[in-house]
Amino acid sequence: MLEIKNLHVSLEGEDKAILKGVNLTVEAGKVHAIMGPNGSGKSTLSYVLSGRGGYVVTDGEARLNGENLLDMEPEDRAAAGVFLAFQYPVEIPGVGNMTFLRTAVNAQRKARGQEEMSAADFLKEIRARAKDLKIDAEMLKRPVNVGFSGGEKKRNEILQMAMLEPKMCILDETDSGLDVDAMKLVADGVNALRSEDRGFLVITHYQRLLDHIKPDVVHIMSDGRIIKTGGPELALDVEQNGYADLLAEAV
Amino acid sequence: MAAPALKHDMLAARLDGLTLPEGAGWSVEARTSALSRLNAMGLPGKRDEYWKYTDPATLNQPQAPRAGLFETGEAMPFSGIDRLKIVFVDGVFDAEASDDLAMDGVEIERLSDAMSRDIHWVRDLYGVLETRGQSPVQRPLAALNTAHATDGVVIRATGKAPKPISLIYLHGTETSDAILHHVVKVEDGAEVTVLENGPAAARLSKVMEVEVADGSAFHHVRAQGRDHERRAVTHMFARLGRESVYKSFSLTVNGVLTRNEQVVEFVGDHGVAHIAGAALGDGGKDAFHQDDTVFVTHDATDCESRQVFKKVLRNGAVGVFQGKILVKPHAQRTDGYQLSQSLLLDDDSTFQAKPELEIYADDVQCSHGSTTGAIDEEALFYLRSRGVPEGPATDLLVLAFLAEAIQEIEAETLRDDILTRLQGWLDRHSG
Repeated sequence: MLEIKNLHVSLEGEDKAILKGVNLTVEAGKVHAIMGPNGSGKSTLSYVLSGRGGYVVTDGEARLNGENLLDMEPEDRAAAGVFLAFQYPVEIPGVGNMTFLRTAVNAQRKARGQEEMSAADFLKEIRARAKDLKIDAEMLKRPVNVGFSGGEKKRNEILQMAMLEPKMCILDETDSGLDVDAMKLVADGVNALRSEDRGFLVITHYQRLLDHIKPDVVHIMSDGRIIKTGGPELALDVEQNGYADLLAEAV
Repeated sequence: MAAPALKHDMLAARLDGLTLPEGAGWSVEARTSALSRLNAMGLPGKRDEYWKYTDPATLNQPQAPRAGLFETGEAMPFSGIDRLKIVFVDGVFDAEASDDLAMDGVEIERLSDAMSRDIHWVRDLYGVLETRGQSPVQRPLAALNTAHATDGVVIRATGKAPKPISLIYLHGTETSDAILHHVVKVEDGAEVTVLENGPAAARLSKVMEVEVADGSAFHHVRAQGRDHERRAVTHMFARLGRESVYKSFSLTVNGVLTRNEQVVEFVGDHGVAHIAGAALGDGGKDAFHQDDTVFVTHDATDCESRQVFKKVLRNGAVGVFQGKILVKPHAQRTDGYQLSQSLLLDDDSTFQAKPELEIYADDVQCSHGSTTGAIDEEALFYLRSRGVPEGPATDLLVLAFLAEAIQEIEAETLRDDILTRLQGWLDRHSG
């Protein structure tokens, strides 16, 4: 599904490379986790895949079902099936959450040549999805993420993911700022979306999110590269022993 | 002193050819007195503090600069709303195109008719509120208007008007120079809505004097015409009685030069005044310069004033905001709020803001904020990452930026009509 080959990325206007040859393949139906210390390039990878500005790809490629993502505008990547759950969801005063989501859903449908969703169908769908995530009607009416608590923002991200039904879900430290209950709620939301034809890339510092969202494959990232790949036991190893041994091993 | 002399030469040139209208009746006195005010002040100049950001030259010059007629190809604002239409073409009342000037609870007359008869309430207001508004800031173009206004309407609401009164200003010839003066009196406990739309003329000077008596309400929504080359200087002078409400919203899209002044004075306790505006300007070859100049005087206790002005500027457009709240010594428990913000869609556009508070009472709540900024790139990326293309995503952010001003329009049908105009502008300027 998602194929990343030898991806090299620098910050725009700076020589310093952040990603130094990332190779990664996420198959449909699988959950891949990326762990790694601060500054290893995890968030940069998520931004580069979703098309945020400010980065320069100096080498390599990233394809989703064969399509070259790196040449596409962010909205086209979204329509192709990429979804990034932000580490810090953006507040947009003046734009209602509901309006925002309906615009997004219909923009994607339009881009894919599908019919727009009627207001009634949309309302029915979003109410059901919101209920699962314990998001009340009031939150749907408020401006996007404005005045939301940390937990509400993350739940709102998962709600968007549920409504947009992406093929490739990238979760950037979705567990940060969440208490145990909120993490469980978010994880349940993600698990409900797991399916045969959907891939997940879960970026996290800590193993605890992976107790709830069980990964098939775990990658350790350091200094812009994936230095080790293994099964779920790799995450447990990190939890117990930290990154130091793994990093030493890699050198 | 060279400058005043020059100003007076300019004034002589401006007044040359202007005569008091025939049948001016009782208004001759008010007009003559306005002329002497004007002579004492001279025309505005770039050196005047209140004209620092807006060049009055084309408003001062004897002839109106040519302005092409613009066919929008769209329905005019408010056309879907049940209203009483009063049409002016190039500043001249058009009886044919207007509805009968009759409505329950409201007396409406053409200004010239009112001048020929001794109507006390008009006589007590014509030029009177304008005169009050000349201090502490001089407004010579308003005095010029009082002296030489050629047409207008007088409106007296004695009850709750069943529908809005809609003043429609059509632009018929490329060099028309219109001077309109309206007088509105909302009697105790009455309520009326006045709508204004249309380009009016190549150059429009318009004054509206509004007396809002105790316990009454005046609502005003205007959509200024879209003729690219039109020029306008407008003044609203309002005097608010006890527990009265004054709400005014203006939308400006296009127009090479627009100066909108609002001078609002609370003379009765517990009054409310909300003055809001949204301007969307594309500079380019037609240029766009829009100026909101507001002066609110709290001369009574427990009054609330609110100013919300938002401007979206691109392609070399210029926006100006000069807003003042003056709280007199005994005007305790005043609640004054002032917000002026601009969204610059590119690096070529300019926003000048001069917020002023002058407070002599000690128990007041006054705040003001002025910001200028670009589209929030983080928000834009967030929207795009959800599949909303750049154009529509930018539009959503522009509408969100304007929302606070639009919310000031109370009637939902009018608000929706204005939103349609905004959407139209965005559609025309997308990408």
